[in-house]
Amino acid sequence: MGILLDEHSRILVQGITGREGSFHARAGMAYGTNVVAGVTPGRGGQMFEETVPVFNSVEEAVAETGANVSLIFVPPPFAPDAIVEAADAGVPLIACITEGVPVQDMAKVARYLEPRPDVRLIGPNCPGMINPGAHCKVGIMPGNIHMPGRVGVVSRSGTLTYEAVGQLTNLGIGQSSCVGIGGDPIIGTSFAEILRLYNEDTDTDLIVFIGEIGGTMEQEAAAYIKESVTKPVCTLIVGATAPPGKRMGHAGAIITGDSARAEAKIAAMRDAGAHIIPTPADIGATAQAVLADMG
Amino acid sequence: MKLHEYQAKEIFARYGIEVPRGILASTPEEAREATRELGGQAVVKAQVHAGGRGQGGGIKVVRSPEEAEEVARGFIGRNLVTRQTDAQGVPINSVLVEELADIKQELYVALTIDRGFRGPVMIASAAGGMDIEEVAATNPDNIHTEPIEPVLGLMPYQARRVVSRLGLEAGPARPAAQALNALYRIFTENDCSLVEINPLIITGDDRVVALDAKLDVEDDSMFRHSDLRELRDRSQEDALEARASDMEIAYVNLDGSVGCLVNGAGLAMATLDVTNAAGAAPANFLDVGGGADDEKVASAVSIILSDPKVDRVLINVFGGILRCDIAARGIVLAFERMNSNLPLIVRMLGTNVDEGKEILGASSLNVTFADTLTEAAAAVRQAA
Repeated sequence: MGILLDEHSRILVQGITGREGSFHARAGMAYGTNVVAGVTPGRGGQMFEETVPVFNSVEEAVAETGANVSLIFVPPPFAPDAIVEAADAGVPLIACITEGVPVQDMAKVARYLEPRPDVRLIGPNCPGMINPGAHCKVGIMPGNIHMPGRVGVVSRSGTLTYEAVGQLTNLGIGQSSCVGIGGDPIIGTSFAEILRLYNEDTDTDLIVFIGEIGGTMEQEAAAYIKESVTKPVCTLIVGATAPPGKRMGHAGAIITGDSARAEAKIAAMRDAGAHIIPTPADIGATAQAVLADMG
Repeated sequence: MKLHEYQAKEIFARYGIEVPRGILASTPEEAREATRELGGQAVVKAQVHAGGRGQGGGIKVVRSPEEAEEVARGFIGRNLVTRQTDAQGVPINSVLVEELADIKQELYVALTIDRGFRGPVMIASAAGGMDIEEVAATNPDNIHTEPIEPVLGLMPYQARRVVSRLGLEAGPARPAAQALNALYRIFTENDCSLVEINPLIITGDDRVVALDAKLDVEDDSMFRHSDLRELRDRSQEDALEARASDMEIAYVNLDGSVGCLVNGAGLAMATLDVTNAAGAAPANFLDVGGGADDEKVASAVSIILSDPKVDRVLINVFGGILRCDIAARGIVLAFERMNSNLPLIVRMLGTNVDEGKEILGASSLNVTFADTLTEAAAAVRQAA
């Protein structure tokens, strides 16, 4: 079955008439995704690719088409508005691909979403998510590198997620779902929440978890793994050799201390019982070895 | 985008935070005149985008206009090295000459975004004027953290609580709370990622004055702050990094010799890790971004080729938004324009990969293809 997306997902694309929105709507449809509507304010009444109706608002699009997933491609100044509009229209799953949304805007959007547990935001600044078995692709990942299977992939990043998927597929290891949660300081869905979904998904046997330096979300994920995850987790943390950012002032360091560093994250994951992937070249091989042990 | 102390203090003053009387000087003579105007004594502060200036020797008290001139002559045109700069340091193009302050108490106050809280936090300590990270490590009780609801803003009771935790007397308590409010408005209205005052002082006559000012504006918000964009000082940035940032390319100059071009920050970090694991040292971090066209890729490659340390180039592109054929065209453009024959290791996957390899294969470049990260690392080692 996989997580977040399935055969019943009906996709609405906000910004469908833009350059990136139209390109990826088309790619999603070619993959088999059920794109049912587009939204561009002022372009209501047009048809996209002769089959997908374009609406002026998310509210209209949902009422007319029953869309239940929104994929957002609008430029950074308008992305917070697009997210809240989709949430207000009752869309339960929103993926915001847009890169460069001001962080203080996202802080307010996060507060708006907090008392709405029936709305889940993935991103912003993320590749989106895909369920290969359901032929449903909501994002910008190249569809052809995926294959249906029983490994769940979660990462902060875009192309690094593709790297992980590429290595798995090359070894004949398919994926139940893949999710990139986004690289910004404030995002809609944390690692721990995606881990919970994979842990509960009856079609996922193993989780590949790709973290990065910065923040403390990997430590929270490690705590969740230790406490609740019963499935094996293979973990890669990238950025061990990245230079410490050039900085001015001390406030950030006071908040995170040394926990933003790769060593601290790897130690937390090891302590949680995760299988550590030694280098980015070993993602597929590590998953393969753990799967072989499981029999 | 970082601001200079004098620029940040102009903003502080506009929002009603008191700052010492000060005059910006870009020559030793101007520093002398400024000191004379301030009554013959002053503090001369090097204006650079780096913290740790005090310990780095960039702040000096002078007792006469002549001494100010001498100190400024030692500063202006030189580079200042602090523990927050690299070994080369950053150039001092001007000094801020300020009146001396009558310090009764020194505080630390900052605002930044806390990822865990998913919003702004105010950090305050009565241990101002010191190495605050040291205080946080050895005496964390001395640091107060106040999370702020972004929709509500800093509430009056929160400002009162911070003031009370700072242990202020009744006299300066009210102006201190006003300064905290002003600081929060500066943080939100200018989309800062950091504002920091160390020290915020209480004077002998109970005034609250910002002796220092650090202000960092979030780059992603610059589209709505054209006024702040004009305050950028490119001289404080690494030349190649400044060129990259003009083109919205994420680039960090490193010490090694392998020029790296990658799409995506995560994969770029992974590429550095793999290159290091292979025993080679990357010359840079470079994330060309998703929406790049061939000209942007060419600009990115040109930046790498302009770096004299670079003796080979590793391209790692996983085509998604950025298609491999576009990347390939950009790479060829740059190598031809720069007339370079450096060894080029290319690892490409994803959208339009065959077209991309064809374009590179048909070119005159000295190219080696790799299919996996492991092969790419081996090829990088061989090309040494």
